[in-house]
Amino acid sequence: MKKDFSKATRLILSLMAMVGIFFLLFWLEGQKSQYGMLISVMQKGVILSIAAVSMNLLTGFTGLFSLGQAGFMAIGAYVTGILTIPVDRVDSVYYVNGMSEGLKSFKETLAVLPSPVLVALALIAGGLVAAIFAGLVGIPVLRLKSDYLAIATLGFAEIIRAVIASPQLDKITNGSYGIKAIPGFDLGNGRGMLLIPFGVAFLCIGLIVLLIKSSYGRAFKAIREDDIAAEAMGIGLFKHKQLSFIISSFFTAISGGLLAMFMRSIESRAFQIILTYDILLIVVIGGIGSITGSVVGAFLVTFAKEWWLRFFDTPLTINGVQIPLLRQGFRMVVFSVLLMAIVLFYRKGLLGNTEFSWYGFLTWPSRFFKRKKPVSATPGEGGAGDE
Amino acid sequence: MTFTTFIQHCLTGISLGGAYALIAIGYTMVYGILLLINFAHADIFMMAGYFMIFAMSSLPWFISIPVVIIVTIALGLAVEGAAYRPLRMAPRMSIMISAIGMSYLLQNLAIYLFSALPRAYPTIEPLKQNFKIGEVSASLVTFLTPVLTIVLVVLLMQLIKRTKIGMAMRAVSRDYDTSKLMGIKINRVIRFTFIIGSALAAIGSILYFTDRMSVTPFSGLMPGLKCFVAAVLGGIGSIPGAVIGGFFIGISETFLIAFGYSTFSDAFTFLLLIVILVIRPTGLLGETITEKV
Repeated sequence: MKKDFSKATRLILSLMAMVGIFFLLFWLEGQKSQYGMLISVMQKGVILSIAAVSMNLLTGFTGLFSLGQAGFMAIGAYVTGILTIPVDRVDSVYYVNGMSEGLKSFKETLAVLPSPVLVALALIAGGLVAAIFAGLVGIPVLRLKSDYLAIATLGFAEIIRAVIASPQLDKITNGSYGIKAIPGFDLGNGRGMLLIPFGVAFLCIGLIVLLIKSSYGRAFKAIREDDIAAEAMGIGLFKHKQLSFIISSFFTAISGGLLAMFMRSIESRAFQIILTYDILLIVVIGGIGSITGSVVGAFLVTFAKEWWLRFFDTPLTINGVQIPLLRQGFRMVVFSVLLMAIVLFYRKGLLGNTEFSWYGFLTWPSRFFKRKKPVSATPGEGGAGDE
Repeated sequence: MTFTTFIQHCLTGISLGGAYALIAIGYTMVYGILLLINFAHADIFMMAGYFMIFAMSSLPWFISIPVVIIVTIALGLAVEGAAYRPLRMAPRMSIMISAIGMSYLLQNLAIYLFSALPRAYPTIEPLKQNFKIGEVSASLVTFLTPVLTIVLVVLLMQLIKRTKIGMAMRAVSRDYDTSKLMGIKINRVIRFTFIIGSALAAIGSILYFTDRMSVTPFSGLMPGLKCFVAAVLGGIGSIPGAVIGGFFIGISETFLIAFGYSTFSDAFTFLLLIVILVIRPTGLLGETITEKV
């Protein structure tokens, strides 16, 4: 048995942390001129954390290595984008081909809704469209084994991108011109730039955690460990794989929708394979099979990439001496070397497949200084012993 | 479409297909032995394009070509040694992530070293000579590519059939563990596979980029994925299969573009992949091997 605090203690600690985070975010929002950089990096981090957690649901918990994330994010982003552009801006965005009449009148009927409701509906609609696609694609694709599944989902993401950018869909997706004038995060009074993405992320990740803790989650893990044994124990392989794929795609698309709102303007080129690789990087750094790891990884990678390590990309001269290597692109080289180092030497990532626990968190300093063996035993490679 | 334009498109397609076939062989051989999609292969191909640009800036073409092939082989071996060898015993997902990581690294390295802007590919004079047969005109490279591809494949097949290392390669691809027990030096076989794959990728890149005129850090990505699809189409592990797949994808892509569906040419390849994997996962020439538990 693992040592831990009582349930009530944990609940109180979690509530306190949540209230603390809420007030921190609320305060940060008020200081946006001062902390603009921090806010935008936090927005991106939390958005990517949803995508990373849903990728982890597939890769880390169900053992399905799918590389279709960018495609599902593109679906979510486009559906959200199209549904939330203000009606009076439609003509200026679709200045080349115009928006199809049916869609426009649909948007006009939707315009009566207050904007937060519309945004919520748009995000969910994006998720549902992606889930339907995932359901259809999953039927042929989920029968494939590891590498074939990866390449087939990768191909599927590429097909989605091609379809979105195709001239045949000009009147809906604006083809290769992309969609602009997507409203950002706003609760109406200049507030919400952090609270909306964090709130959505809290909801999404919470739902995924609940799913993983349910009997479905245990079935997913059984499939990950040994699909043949799982099938022999009466777990419907296809049904559960399909379920995991659809749910993961749903949340990936919501993350894509938030990304569209974050970027304000999207085009299909933003959703290339590189985006999937970025999310994979987060999942691997955080630890495959750890939700906490993915969240921490998302923030860490985004903070480092967009902020702390920016200086790698700008040439630097100190006392007239040009520091070598620093120039456009060096940051990404450092990142990819880091990824390789983690894959090769530290395969578990930051958290392996352990999760955050208050006990582990609060006793970590004392354990660290005592140099005793950690109480929460670190499970071995691909171990079954998480939680 | 007149007959002349039809022939013209056929030639372009066959030429593109030849380059694809050469790259696809690299995928199919590595997959046959290591059961690994060598995602970095596409970027080795892209790097070969850059090597050619630098070699040609100071050397004549007939020296540049062997230099580029040798440097590309060195890169291939470096990738194998750094990213794949330490993970021989690791779970399959780690090796695949390592391959993706290597591809990511090479791409970012190319952006860093050569910038993301397209660079002009040097013209190799003799390859660019124009030929005219009747109404159809094409440069020498268009005619040379399929011929060279066939010659190289025949040589490779002979190598695999008749030499000792070829026999070792066949053994390893049939049963990795048993061949290890039989005293085959696995690492040597794998290194040899990467040598052949990288050399063919270098030749393929010369033929491919001579027609395309410019190289960017991302110009390996799509051809790479298409060539993997070609390898799957032909039956993974089978060299003639990879060649057939390469030609098929090259020709169908050219015709899709000719009919005005260029946005869908990439999508078509992947649709083809999904269809093959569902209907006939072993590909056209692949052997049916029952999955062991």
